[in-house]
Amino acid sequence: MTDLLLMLGFFAFSFGVGYLIISRIPQMLHTPLMSMTNAISAVTLLGALLLFATPTTALEKALGGIALAGAAFNMVGGFAITDRMVRLFRRRGAAPPGEPEESRR
Amino acid sequence: MNDWQHLLIDIGIVLLLTFGIWQFRARQGARRGNLTGALALAAAIGVALWREPVQAVALVVAVVVAGGLVGWAVAFRVDMVQIPAMVAFQHGCGGVAAALVSYVELARSPEALPMIGRVSGLLGLLIGAATFSASMVAAAKLAGRLKGTPLVLRYHNAVLGGLALLSLGAAAAVGAAAGLPVHLFLVSLGVLAVAVGVVFAVRIGGADMPVLISFLNATAGFAAALVGVVIENRLLIACGATVAASGSILTMVMCRAMNRRLLNVFTGLKASTEAPEREAGGGEPAAVPAPEVARLAPEDPYGYAADVMKEARRVVIIPGYGMALAHAQFEVVGLADRLTRAGADVRFAVHPVAGRMPGHMHVLLAEADVDPDTLYEMSQVNDQLQETDVAVVVGACDVVNPAAVTTTGTPISGMPILLAHEARRVIVFNLDDRPGYSGVENPLYDDPKTLLLLGDAKETVAEVRRRLG
Repeated sequence: MTDLLLMLGFFAFSFGVGYLIISRIPQMLHTPLMSMTNAISAVTLLGALLLFATPTTALEKALGGIALAGAAFNMVGGFAITDRMVRLFRRRGAAPPGEPEESRR
Repeated sequence: MNDWQHLLIDIGIVLLLTFGIWQFRARQGARRGNLTGALALAAAIGVALWREPVQAVALVVAVVVAGGLVGWAVAFRVDMVQIPAMVAFQHGCGGVAAALVSYVELARSPEALPMIGRVSGLLGLLIGAATFSASMVAAAKLAGRLKGTPLVLRYHNAVLGGLALLSLGAAAAVGAAAGLPVHLFLVSLGVLAVAVGVVFAVRIGGADMPVLISFLNATAGFAAALVGVVIENRLLIACGATVAASGSILTMVMCRAMNRRLLNVFTGLKASTEAPEREAGGGEPAAVPAPEVARLAPEDPYGYAADVMKEARRVVIIPGYGMALAHAQFEVVGLADRLTRAGADVRFAVHPVAGRMPGHMHVLLAEADVDPDTLYEMSQVNDQLQETDVAVVVGACDVVNPAAVTTTGTPISGMPILLAHEARRVIVFNLDDRPGYSGVENPLYDDPKTLLLLGDAKETVAEVRRRLG
């Protein structure tokens, strides 16, 4: 019972805090935000890893393998593409425009 | 290590993740925020491996590395216009992972799972599989592989509702009766859920895509949280819940920006105000009376546009998805820079649903190296448009359609718009003068102060830039 309560608590806390924080994020960053949370939802990788913590049948290996590959694709790709996007938003402001690309980063 | 220490570690990782998202409140911190989030997930994986080491190490490492490398490679190739399709595809990958993990957990030892775990597993399988198929349909539509317009089947809502009920019924059967051929049931459950996802997604299209993609973000997170309940992993629950919150917020923001209810988007109803007005008007909705004025047609429209812009002190540029389709963002930002250098106050006004996902337009403009400080939200710009000399519309229609505020009973009535028609002059760079996705004629085009420059925006904007010298 305590386990169930603890799980509910984690869900409620994360949903609530997430809600409060994310409501304040400016529209400008909504695409990177969704891309990043998309990468976070690939945390299902933990579940797929756990499948392999005990001896597995061939079918379980195949299904678990697909889950692992999908989650890894989602996680790495999600964070990488988010990084590409948020870098775009930092370009100006650091140095006056018109300078070569490298010096602006 | 006792339970309390494990709990503290988990809380620490959740706080790290939350801190990462918190840094997204300003663009300067967003990159650090993203890296913090990645670090939190890496820590979560490390902790999971340390607690329950995997057995088939070679297989696991090979598959994870392969998936990760492909994800990395794709992430660096994809064109920014295609970001919505890419994100939708990734939602699908997350969904399929959630569905498969639920499947294996349920098939492995249905009796060993507690009731709450079994229910969560079934829901995780259903939601994961439906998220997968709906995301794949969305990604195909966004990438242009499928027609982007809504596909409405006969009795669409009945089919959708029937499939959803059937899959829930099948889920209840699996939950109630252990000892039945479990694989058979789980597979049919998955197939049903996939069908639900497809039927659900095909009828949503065009300008409603931002709602769909935000909603799938939320369901992917929710599916992850459900898997967390099955395997009793607090980190999974917390991460999934955070994503579900984020997706829910974005879905609401999108709906509010179109003045539509979520249910109307998903069931194909155009607007809540439509039905009563139709009865009162007795016939076709949305016949906006077009003013009987000849359109502004100067001898040399490009030169005229350049002259108007040269004299303007305050300029507001309103980009829409048409700008993205024409790949005109570089020309548009170049135009803005040219006018800024000439001393004008140039601002970009972006409607929340411009583009195919929330914030899409901002990313495209940032790619073209726009000054981020000139990007404004709708509410910040609308009260300034009356003092604006020129409103420049590029590839946008519905989001500047004054019919939304002046007439009732149209699909866009009540939708918040950018008040371009209040500016002293309006210059429109659109492909054609046909109505936007809503199908409502745009009276702005017939306003005598509006100059229409029709054609591919990349070329028309470039031509005006040449005239500016």
